[in-house]
Amino acid sequence: MEVESPGMDGVHDLGGMQGFGPVEREENEPVFHAAWEAAVLAMQRAGGGRGLYNIDEFRHSIERMAPAHYLRATYYEKWLDGVTRLLLEKGVVDAGELAARRAFFEARPDAPATEPLTAPLPARPPANARWAQDVIREAATAPRFAPGDPVRTREMHPHGHTRLPRYARGKRGVIHRCHGIHVFPDSHAHGAGEQPQPLYSVRFDARELWGESAEPNQVVHIDLWESYLLPGR
Amino acid sequence: MGKNHPNVDPYVVSRVRALESLLLEKGILAPDAVDRVIQRYESDTGPMVGARAVARAWTDPAYKRLLLDDPRAALARLDLDYAMLMVVENTDAVHNLVVCTLCSCYPWPVLGLPPTWYKMPAYRSRAVSEPRALLHEMGLAVDPRREIRVWDSSAEMRYMVLPQRPAATAGLGEAELIPWITRDALIGVAEVRPPAPVAR
Repeated sequence: MEVESPGMDGVHDLGGMQGFGPVEREENEPVFHAAWEAAVLAMQRAGGGRGLYNIDEFRHSIERMAPAHYLRATYYEKWLDGVTRLLLEKGVVDAGELAARRAFFEARPDAPATEPLTAPLPARPPANARWAQDVIREAATAPRFAPGDPVRTREMHPHGHTRLPRYARGKRGVIHRCHGIHVFPDSHAHGAGEQPQPLYSVRFDARELWGESAEPNQVVHIDLWESYLLPGR
Repeated sequence: MGKNHPNVDPYVVSRVRALESLLLEKGILAPDAVDRVIQRYESDTGPMVGARAVARAWTDPAYKRLLLDDPRAALARLDLDYAMLMVVENTDAVHNLVVCTLCSCYPWPVLGLPPTWYKMPAYRSRAVSEPRALLHEMGLAVDPRREIRVWDSSAEMRYMVLPQRPAATAGLGEAELIPWITRDALIGVAEVRPPAPVAR
């Protein structure tokens, strides 16, 4: 078992890294490469839709993968890892019962998922399909910044989940627009509540982000929460 | 299968089936949930909603204005209730490109599930730092006079590109335009090209 990362400045934060080689496009790529990928997607949605975790906890769970494992794993392996870790941590699934079930299917790889079940499946109302989109809240206070305002991002390295990418920390940008009041992932991923705050699209000149290595005539827009931002100039 | 499919864990299927079995037993996963996911994403979405919106925008200036100013209202006219989309317009002066450097955020309701390359480090790492070189490698040479405007989807807002309508489509109607509009053009890694002939 690889040691999991505590989820700080992690390898998931890929913007500006180098050395991953060319983009490989698969011609006529299928929606799913195997049925288990669809099962992972269905489980991720079922757990979220029943309120067992929120989208920010899910992202943070994936970010806690061991860095080498994160880079090696396929997309749906990452999702499986993220869902499994959360369900274990929250006590929805017991590590012992999961290990026993894994042993069953390792011995019987072709057995259907229903084979070990001994009782009829319990009925439940449908899960909430929009669980991950429900993030906009009523405004409690007016946004601090207006379009055109210069801002500077905080230079921070939190020991937890954040959506301020490393490449955009301590950088000067300009407010492009306010998207309204959104749930704050940095608290929501850690059981510290929604703490909703204004979310802005902030425009950065590539030269501010990449210095003399910047390509000419390029900008990056990043969606950033108000508490990531300081008045600029 | 190359780098996009690195060494799938040989035990992944048993790990999936074990969890699936437990979630069925606990009533968390509905018995038909996996089939519904496959049906929904293999048949019902794909990039079609996004392509329909663009085709209508190209043929109806009022709809284009609505799509850019109030995407939710524009999508509602296509029977989609989706509040989180922003549509960004390519022009002679600007080329837009969408990425998610932190994970793999992508406008599923309008484009379907993202292609594997969109979710892999090679794309996510360079789209923000050297997009012009990256696009060139991917077969799209962007005129140096055009600004490249990258949208890093770091929150729950999602982005779709409104590509430029090619001159070769003059006279085509909304339905005829749809096959021209590919997923890659809506992400910003391709321009709109004539559709491949339908295989017979």
